[in-house]
Amino acid sequence: MGEQGFFEEEGVSVYKIVDYKHLGGATHELVVEAPRLAKKAKAGQFLIVRMGEGEERIPLTIADHDADKGTVTIVIQALGHSTQKLVTLRPGDEIADVVGPLGKASEIEKYGTVVIVGGGVGIAPIYPIARDLKKAGNRVIAIIGAKTKDLLFWQDKLAAAVDEVRVATDDGSVGHKGFVTDLLADACDNEGVDIVWAIGPMIMMYNCVKVTKARGIRSVVSMNPVMIDGTGMCGGCRVRVGDETKFACVDGPEFDGDLIDFDLAMKRSRFMRDLEAEAVERDHECTIGLNHKEGESK
Amino acid sequence: MASKAPRHEMPVQDPKVRVTNFQEVALGYDEETAIAEAQRCLKCARPRCVEGCPVHVAIPDFIEAVALADLDEAARRLKARTSLPAICGRVCPQENQCEGKCVLGIKGEPVAIGRLERFVADWDREQPQKPVELPAKNGKKVGIIGAGPAGLACAGDLAKLGYDVTIFEALHTPGGVLMYGIPEFRLPKAIVQHEINSIREMGVHIEVDAIVGKLYDIQELHEEEGFDAFFVGTGAGLPHFMNIPGENLNGVYSANEFLTRSNLMKAYDFPHNATPIKVGKRAAIIGGGNVAMDAARTALRLGAEESYIVYRRSKEEIPARAEELEHAIEEGVQLKLLSSPIAYTGDENDVITGMVMQKYELGEPDASGRRRPIAIEGETEEMPIDTVIVAIGQGPNPILTENTPGLELNSRGNIVANDEGQTSLPYVFAGGDIVTGAATVIKAMGAGKDAAAAIDAYLKAQA
Repeated sequence: MGEQGFFEEEGVSVYKIVDYKHLGGATHELVVEAPRLAKKAKAGQFLIVRMGEGEERIPLTIADHDADKGTVTIVIQALGHSTQKLVTLRPGDEIADVVGPLGKASEIEKYGTVVIVGGGVGIAPIYPIARDLKKAGNRVIAIIGAKTKDLLFWQDKLAAAVDEVRVATDDGSVGHKGFVTDLLADACDNEGVDIVWAIGPMIMMYNCVKVTKARGIRSVVSMNPVMIDGTGMCGGCRVRVGDETKFACVDGPEFDGDLIDFDLAMKRSRFMRDLEAEAVERDHECTIGLNHKEGESK
Repeated sequence: MASKAPRHEMPVQDPKVRVTNFQEVALGYDEETAIAEAQRCLKCARPRCVEGCPVHVAIPDFIEAVALADLDEAARRLKARTSLPAICGRVCPQENQCEGKCVLGIKGEPVAIGRLERFVADWDREQPQKPVELPAKNGKKVGIIGAGPAGLACAGDLAKLGYDVTIFEALHTPGGVLMYGIPEFRLPKAIVQHEINSIREMGVHIEVDAIVGKLYDIQELHEEEGFDAFFVGTGAGLPHFMNIPGENLNGVYSANEFLTRSNLMKAYDFPHNATPIKVGKRAAIIGGGNVAMDAARTALRLGAEESYIVYRRSKEEIPARAEELEHAIEEGVQLKLLSSPIAYTGDENDVITGMVMQKYELGEPDASGRRRPIAIEGETEEMPIDTVIVAIGQGPNPILTENTPGLELNSRGNIVANDEGQTSLPYVFAGGDIVTGAATVIKAMGAGKDAAAAIDAYLKAQA
């Protein structure tokens, strides 16, 4: 643990894991006890977790929050060193730091008919937004997609919260065979859509915006760029929005899809990928070795 | 007369060695050197050095005790006015403050006040710690927003007066710029931790991961959780960019991001620490302040072969501490003066490959007294570069101020406060960079101490 003890003291919050589910593939759900955060969180906001000394600060969209139970839910796609470690946590384990709620909340109001698209791990963050849009009196159609049936999740949870859920899988193992963009185009052409939310991989959001833009429909996308502090301090999360540079952490994470420079955003998200791969590589060496020093986060 | 002795140099790590490590560059005086340096002091009847100190440390008094080898007394005298002597002895711009006013400096070299402050504070830290004697709690609660120099100083003073003090810190570690901004090689983090521990020993609670304006709000804490007053010391945390073409290319960092990755997240020890950092072979740091020097020297330590300070004016006008500039040059940092970038160019992956600079000449002095840089029309220079670190300053962080109704701000977004630090919300005081704009550790600490006295007076008047 090294010097971590310096900053440990009485009354420092620790955040306990109270539930865990494997959602399929690399996707995992953790429910974390964080009462004040659960009370303050609003749809569209994110949080940052840090597992302990020496670990990264990982930004994650708040996938659900329950003020009564005092919990927040995060859904993690475990692809890098830190996320792979995060999803080894089980009920009873603790996270050193959970910070939030960060960013601006979704603009929930009565628009009329809303389509909300969630792709892959992006299915999780659309849930609280869809639920609140429905509560605000909108007709809400959720479109969710994944490579295959086993990688879909929360279909029932969404179905209970919105008017209709439409499903696409790349291999056609369930729902429409193809992309969410096919279903989005169809909905936009036939349902009198007033606004679209799209959350998922950058390329999916880019393609969704192409569909809505061509039809003159407003779109909202949620950016999840590289960032450190999440409070406006580092500027690593810069996104080009129209003529302006914005910080996703304090100005977003949601932006007008028509204005986002997706090409730049995609290239920025790839910049440190070789180093991230190096960290994962090292993890594999580490776990093979006998001196497995990762005990602090179990 | 003792003052004829030359100023004593402070031993430092060899530049060739230190540029390969993150250990502290300056090694500090030993006792013998400190006493000899202290004996240079003329003990002026009207000490100008004290006027030059933003918190008016009784400089000749503590130096006199050093000269008499009574270090215990020296520490007592020093700490009467400053809460963070080991830190200020290292990071204060002494040449513009106490040492700049020293009479010995008129014809020769001033007393090395900063080095003596550092020596006394370091000696004191090594002594067995005496238990802190605190007055009985007075039943009043004060909330402090931000655990940087201003907040820590304010908290310490209020705790000594019997207040129940809680500091709310947004990051996972208290210390503010002392932790995320100033590198280990200039300010060892163990020293910052020691200062923070002393403040905790006074009974101050520090809640990390606690963002006021998001997780908490001031009005709620006041009305529902019984906080009687607040001090806001949230600093200047929002990095400025220049808004020039190519500034969002990969490899262009704000100094905050670059230094936070390295200092707070310890990316210099990647992958043992999980946060990565990427530094190429040729790094350009835009700006000439202490933050720019820190970034330029960090870049070399992280493996850059060349590290350039790109600055619009000449070497004379560089605002960084003289010692930092000197150390940077010794380590191989190169100066690209009378130049400022106007565009960056990148490759097909939007990774930076080059920089176009406008060249400048110096004109008449401006309001700051420094000669104004004037662009030489049509004269530009291109330079291949693979890392850029923008260190042109920071603005106020908006999270708290945007979410605190009734808190008056100026046009730049800084909190408006009177001489006592009181804001438009009578129970909210503010100080440090969030009020003044980016300044120094010592000024922030002074503002925190002044606000502690003002909060005490305010709450006593309320009772």
